[in-house]
Amino acid sequence: MSEVNQETMQETEVKLQPKVFYGEIVQNGLWKQNPGLVQLLGLCPTLAMTVSLVNGFSLGVMTAVVMAASNASVAPIRQWVPTEIRIPVFILIIAALVTIIDLSMHAYLQSLHAVLGIFIPLIVTNCIVLARVEAFAAKNPVTPSALDGFMMGFGLALVLATLGGIREIVGKGTLFSGVDLVFGPAAKSMILTIIPNYHGFLLAILPPGAFIGLASLIATRNWLAQRKAALMPSATLVAH
Amino acid sequence: MNRSPYLSSAPSVSVIMVKVMLALVPAIAAYVWVFGAGILVVLALASVTALSAEALMLKLRNRPIKPFLMDGSALLTAWLLALSLPPLAPWWLVVVGTLFAIVIAKQLYGGLGYNPFNPAMVGYAVLLISFPVIMTHWPAPLELAQAKLSFATQLQYIFGVTNGLSLDAVSMATPLDYLKTQLMLHHTVQEIAVSPQFGLLGARGGELVVGAYLLGGLYLLQQRLITWHLPTAFLGVLALMAGAFYLVDATHFAHPLFHLFSGASMLGAFFIITDPVSGPTTPKGKIVFAAGIAVLTYLIRVYGGYPDGVAFSVLLMNMCVPLIDAWTQPRVFGHTK
Repeated sequence: MSEVNQETMQETEVKLQPKVFYGEIVQNGLWKQNPGLVQLLGLCPTLAMTVSLVNGFSLGVMTAVVMAASNASVAPIRQWVPTEIRIPVFILIIAALVTIIDLSMHAYLQSLHAVLGIFIPLIVTNCIVLARVEAFAAKNPVTPSALDGFMMGFGLALVLATLGGIREIVGKGTLFSGVDLVFGPAAKSMILTIIPNYHGFLLAILPPGAFIGLASLIATRNWLAQRKAALMPSATLVAH
Repeated sequence: MNRSPYLSSAPSVSVIMVKVMLALVPAIAAYVWVFGAGILVVLALASVTALSAEALMLKLRNRPIKPFLMDGSALLTAWLLALSLPPLAPWWLVVVGTLFAIVIAKQLYGGLGYNPFNPAMVGYAVLLISFPVIMTHWPAPLELAQAKLSFATQLQYIFGVTNGLSLDAVSMATPLDYLKTQLMLHHTVQEIAVSPQFGLLGARGGELVVGAYLLGGLYLLQQRLITWHLPTAFLGVLALMAGAFYLVDATHFAHPLFHLFSGASMLGAFFIITDPVSGPTTPKGKIVFAAGIAVLTYLIRVYGGYPDGVAFSVLLMNMCVPLIDAWTQPRVFGHTK
């Protein structure tokens, strides 16, 4: 692409900025630009914490809350943050928000906090959080930024939940185990036994299971996207 | 193919595979003699699964099905995996392991010629980490078993209709396993080796199978399907290492011959590490590769958490193969290094 072309592209981007399509933000977060399946950002918690559906989804929701809050906090101050030191400033804001989440979980969801452990504070270093702050919130107004943060986080949470669910069913034959950590001991009856008298397939719980599971999910998503593109060839031309 | 003149034409893949399977026949016969005919069912089950999985994957990948199925490589993978499993392995264990070997370790990487890891060993490793209890329950050889297992009873074990029969009743710790647990209880090797599962060199009964592997391996060497580098380096380094430890402290480290004749040493030396696809191609590289597997196998056996370590060592060294190949490229005549 020629330089002139690039410049005109940038100009149009700048002009288009105030006009944000909420529908597109939702679509990007959940499917088109899904952090877990397309951008492949935030893989550390995706691979490490998805041993069960409840684990994966809770961490995902926490990440979504942090992302919505950090995007919403960065967007209003975006004009005043000097470009040279924006990354440390963003990280400090994210770290403060994560500390709030961490301490509140410690206070109200103590058992779940014990399970997720170090991965709650580590949300700070999750690159998807900084990526959305840098790529979206630093250039857009508050409301779309907050929506973008939440939708990206929620898209990741859905991937974490799906991967956690698959690994839990294949690995242990149950679903929703550990739900009592979130809703109290009374919720124990929600735990489903999908496969009775199951030997357990340890590989799915161990790290290789996370890699194979995530690869299958990405392959499935690509296959669906390709099939969709093949059905309407004109749409792909516009999209690219 | 290292030296000219190249007079004879290279045999086709299917001829090689048929000969390798022929070389396995004495071992299978010994297996039936020692552990009963159940292994034949396991072999058949693995073969059918491997061929169906291979056909399905080839179809999904839009590859010609018949030529790839007829080359026999899937069948050989299935056989090697089946021979590594405990003889009374339940049917689903065999199916899961074979599916993993063919679908993930072989076809997803691009099929025959492209797989960086030995498919049979990937299948074995997956089963060993996922189902450690079943995978380490080897039935006692028929001559030691209190109740002789008939073929019908073996079928009941394999197909899970055991009616309360427990595997514990007929299984017995393998010598490598027994040695490891007893050494932890501060017994000496000499005290341990008098227990009935120890034979002349390796496991009682099991050493017959091991001898048959050696015989098959020598046939492969004679047919020039494998070169001496891999088996000699593997068995030699394993014996050297075991010998060194044995000389230092004979009460805590088993005799080198015990290491050669127990576990998967012989099967590994002649049939597993000689896989031409996932192994190195240069003669020097083969020696490095086999020596690495031998060192890792010994370390896993003596200090690791599992009784035997051939499968893990092969997979670990498979990862080093591109590096080994790059390092050991022979100097081309007329070129300086």
